[in-house]
Amino acid sequence: MEALLRLENLHRRFGAMRAVNGISLDVPRGQVLGFLGPNGAGKSTTMKMAAGFLPPDEGRVLLAGIDMWRSPVAAKRHLGYLPEGAPLHDEMTVRGFLAFCGRVRGLSGAALRQALERAAQRTQLAPVWGQRIGTLSKGYRRRMGLAQAIMHEPDVLILDEPTDGLDPNQKQVVRELIRDMAKKSAIIVSTHILEEVPAVCDRVVIIARGRIVAQGTAEEIAAQAPQGGEPSLELAFRHLTGAAANGGRAAA
Amino acid sequence: MSALAAIVRRELAAYFATPIAYVFIAVFVALAGVFTFQVGNFFNRGMADLMPLFLYLPWLLLVLAPAVAMRLWAEERARGTIELLLTLPLATWQAVVAKWLAGWLFLGIGLMATWGLWITVNWLGEPDNGVIALGYLAAWMTGGVLLAAGAAASALTRNQVIAFVLAAAICFVLMSAATPLVQEALGALLPAWLAEALAAASALSHFSSVAQGVISAADVLYWVSMTAFWLFVNVLVVEWKKAA
Repeated sequence: MEALLRLENLHRRFGAMRAVNGISLDVPRGQVLGFLGPNGAGKSTTMKMAAGFLPPDEGRVLLAGIDMWRSPVAAKRHLGYLPEGAPLHDEMTVRGFLAFCGRVRGLSGAALRQALERAAQRTQLAPVWGQRIGTLSKGYRRRMGLAQAIMHEPDVLILDEPTDGLDPNQKQVVRELIRDMAKKSAIIVSTHILEEVPAVCDRVVIIARGRIVAQGTAEEIAAQAPQGGEPSLELAFRHLTGAAANGGRAAA
Repeated sequence: MSALAAIVRRELAAYFATPIAYVFIAVFVALAGVFTFQVGNFFNRGMADLMPLFLYLPWLLLVLAPAVAMRLWAEERARGTIELLLTLPLATWQAVVAKWLAGWLFLGIGLMATWGLWITVNWLGEPDNGVIALGYLAAWMTGGVLLAAGAAASALTRNQVIAFVLAAAICFVLMSAATPLVQEALGALLPAWLAEALAAASALSHFSSVAQGVISAADVLYWVSMTAFWLFVNVLVVEWKKAA
């Protein structure tokens, strides 16, 4: 299957620290890839490189076959990105901000109105449509962030911790939205919330210390739990990432 | 082009979304009035012109241009929205130019708000309105140079206060490098050729000659090339901070 998002051997250091150390991934259309790892494993750094914000020291990012760092503007036309923490302009209204994002993406007139209506409906933002972003609850803010990421129906969606800090009802809304978007897009979702994974992701990649330590379906990963016990994603996650963090001591 | 226009529109609206814009314009107009009428001795000069205004305007711009510039990039960085802006399908230079353009238009609005002074001088006498128009043009163009330098400073930090102080320092050197006081200080610190080069790049001499009614291609070239230079520095800083 053709990969809409491809990361090739990405490396990134910050000073002496190797934040990302040779990560390669393919995400085809229709797939939701769960990008898992403990805090500080390099998830956000990888997402920032994939989204074209942070230049990698080494390696390539391809969106719909376009090299992100050679033709950034062309590549970014295929991208929807929710940065960690869903940063927004507090002084703007919900409508004003989404219209701004749409205009920068080249939408205008009827096409812009349509995209706004669709995004409002899919993220259930209608009740706060004219409100200032600074007055929104956390759940609405996160949905705002998602709305700007999906409003132009991008081929590739990069979502950094999309459900972080949401209540169970809000999480459910976001999960359904991601599943819905997956029909047309390639999606990569970073999270450290494991309960999320079986509900949303088709495939899982686990990273620790900037390297991929496991990948497969949620069941395949769960089967890697230690000592032949019950298959458990949580035990497998702790085993795999703990082993890497302890320099292999747990694996010995 | 539509991406650029969308950003200009958003940035300009952002100034007016908070009381900052109104406070800024009110203070600007009030200070311009004080400098013209009180400090500039407008009524006792017996001349129908706005020379007192244009004598002090560069020094007013020295404070006000950094105030307009400081939020342009530092705010995006502090909020994290810079990540959204720079992952939208537009080139970094477009974002840099659009933000500067919004600040420059805002500065233009501030200058236009001093129309009362222009009316007053026409009411009291028969000034040379061409000279006054050139004075405003000089102020706006000089403001553009200072704003571009200030925006580059703003891209260096996430703290708007630091951005303001840095911008004001750069603008002060840009403005006054040719004055004897600053030349003396620079001459002691820098090699002679560098001090002379800074003097040649000084904004004040261009401003003063144009405000007196003498404009040449060299003045226009100076404004355009200095603005372009600082916008280029701004792009470099944004790219560099992104990588760091």
